[in-house]
Amino acid sequence: MADEEEQKEIRQELAAADAVRPEKFDIAIRVRGLVNQFGDAVIHDHLDLDVRSGEILGVVGGSGTGKSVLMRSIVGLQTPTAGEIEVYGKSLDTIANEEESRDLRRRWGVMFQGGALFSTLSVAENIQVPLREYYPRLDQALLDEIAAYKVAMVGLPPDAGPKFPAELSGGMVKRAGLARALALDPALLFLDEPTAGLDPIGAAKFDELIRELADTMGLTVFLITHDLDSLYATCDRVAVLAEKKVIAVGTIAELLATEHPWIQDYFNGPRGRAATTSHGRAAHDRTS
Amino acid sequence: MAASADFETDEGADGVGVRFTGRLTLARLGDLPARLDALGPIRTLDLSDVERIDTVGAWIITRTARAHDAEVTGASEDAQRLLKALADDKSDYRVHRDRRPMWARMLEELGTASVGVWNEFIGIVGFFGAMIVAFITQLRARRRIRWHAIVTRFQTVGVDALPIIGLMSFLIGIVIAQQGAVQLRQFGLEVFTINLVGRASIRELGLLMTAIMVAGRSGSAFAAQIGTMKLTEEVDAMRTIGVSPMEAIVLPRVAASTIIMPLLGFYASLCAIVGGGVFSWIGLDIPPITYIQRLREIIPMTDFWAMLIKAPVFGILVGVTGCYSGMQVRQNAEEVGRRTTSAVVAAIFLVIVLDAFFAVFFSSIGWN
Repeated sequence: MADEEEQKEIRQELAAADAVRPEKFDIAIRVRGLVNQFGDAVIHDHLDLDVRSGEILGVVGGSGTGKSVLMRSIVGLQTPTAGEIEVYGKSLDTIANEEESRDLRRRWGVMFQGGALFSTLSVAENIQVPLREYYPRLDQALLDEIAAYKVAMVGLPPDAGPKFPAELSGGMVKRAGLARALALDPALLFLDEPTAGLDPIGAAKFDELIRELADTMGLTVFLITHDLDSLYATCDRVAVLAEKKVIAVGTIAELLATEHPWIQDYFNGPRGRAATTSHGRAAHDRTS
Repeated sequence: MAASADFETDEGADGVGVRFTGRLTLARLGDLPARLDALGPIRTLDLSDVERIDTVGAWIITRTARAHDAEVTGASEDAQRLLKALADDKSDYRVHRDRRPMWARMLEELGTASVGVWNEFIGIVGFFGAMIVAFITQLRARRRIRWHAIVTRFQTVGVDALPIIGLMSFLIGIVIAQQGAVQLRQFGLEVFTINLVGRASIRELGLLMTAIMVAGRSGSAFAAQIGTMKLTEEVDAMRTIGVSPMEAIVLPRVAASTIIMPLLGFYASLCAIVGGGVFSWIGLDIPPITYIQRLREIIPMTDFWAMLIKAPVFGILVGVTGCYSGMQVRQNAEEVGRRTTSAVVAAIFLVIVLDAFFAVFFSSIGWN
């Protein structure tokens, strides 16, 4: 059916697709001794972190503690000063060829804080960008169908596909950004403050959506957030960034039991208490 | 090694039974959708041998099952979850804008473009009016004119442009002198090269080339700066604070380009004359003293006045079109580029059109 050259191409593609096998790893992301430094300012000082496969890990910390820098280091937008970062057993630093690094990049989707949608493309075209990049031989009809169901999956209205980012509301931009991050059915999803700038109802719906998608698609989620309600509603575990390190990782119940002043302030401050009261039971149910 | 997506068929009386194997994932799909579409009526879709499935695989199954009214069997728990998530009808989800026939789109584009040009013209005139009103209001309210902002623009619009405008004009002077000399030599009137260079540069070319250069350098910069400020909502922030963007952004820029244009124009004319002089000296053996004396005889004062009258008008034009285009930026980053281009094109076009009007006007009042 396909001519010989095309079949060779398919075989190569399949061989490359085997290089990374997410389902074989218990630890999706392993960060060891990460140091990030801008001039004299040390952001991370020998930071260690494990993200387990299939969990939603919330990353919290005060402003300027380097949550985004950590994410950028993991996805290779920022070269660390020192330290090792392995995603599914592969490190972007040591990967020699373009093929392998592309294969690794295929495994994750990143949703940036402002959505970072390409402003000259419609929502549907935005979703199709990664698909076209990695699977140039998919035919247009299938691409359109994929875009349509991704739009539906993230809860955008039926007429959102042909719209341009400038025509969308803040919440819709975030959902469209999520749809693009999910375009390749990644195993790993990075979310940078997904609920920032959304109203409480929109934020709650977004939390629900993330939880639902993670369960349906078996995603591992790295979630940076300031939003305590998000933590309670979505996260399996929470990592706390302070003092240039991850000072604690665990369920919220475990974190509440630690003595660290910042963690106590964070969860037991006025906002923290409100969130704890409203979600306390749900969190308790999940941990027990 | 994991197998790519494939299927086996089993022909039955009431249709084909399809048994999928391997991984039904985007990476492993290959030409499976096409082969699946080529099959006859399908009775069952058996997923029991599928190693892994992702949303694309689940979508293919859902689509095929719906098209053939087939039954899906043997789905694992994961597969069932995905299939359930994709089960709702997605046919009302649109991906593309509505397409109209070619001729309709061409007509529409022509109409839109015509209306656009007209609106642009009205817009620039309206913007100019609004700027005048803002200027008068500022004077009436005895608010301080933002000299600091204006002087800062002097630097970027004027001083920074001196080298490039000087070099350009100098070279143009040489070119005019050289080309003129070639023609005039045929009549033995080489000495009239001085008339050509002197009058052309003072009256027309020095200023015209300057206006074009300023439109390209500073008009575009105005449009891009203001456009970016619009995108980042700085202009809106200014309004909410109570600062009029007209006063804070537009007036200083237009004032700067208006004040600087006569100076730059005069400077450019001088550079062109020097260029012509250098060529006359070297190429035509006319000594500088003779050149200057001859210039004083042949350039009437009216040429100089004509330039000084045109220059501020061109300055206003370049400033206003640049600021207007910047203020029109909406939506996205691409718009900044589009508007910047249109600012430069509109400014150069309007400058040349107005220059033609001025030329006719000055001749008819006897300034020859």
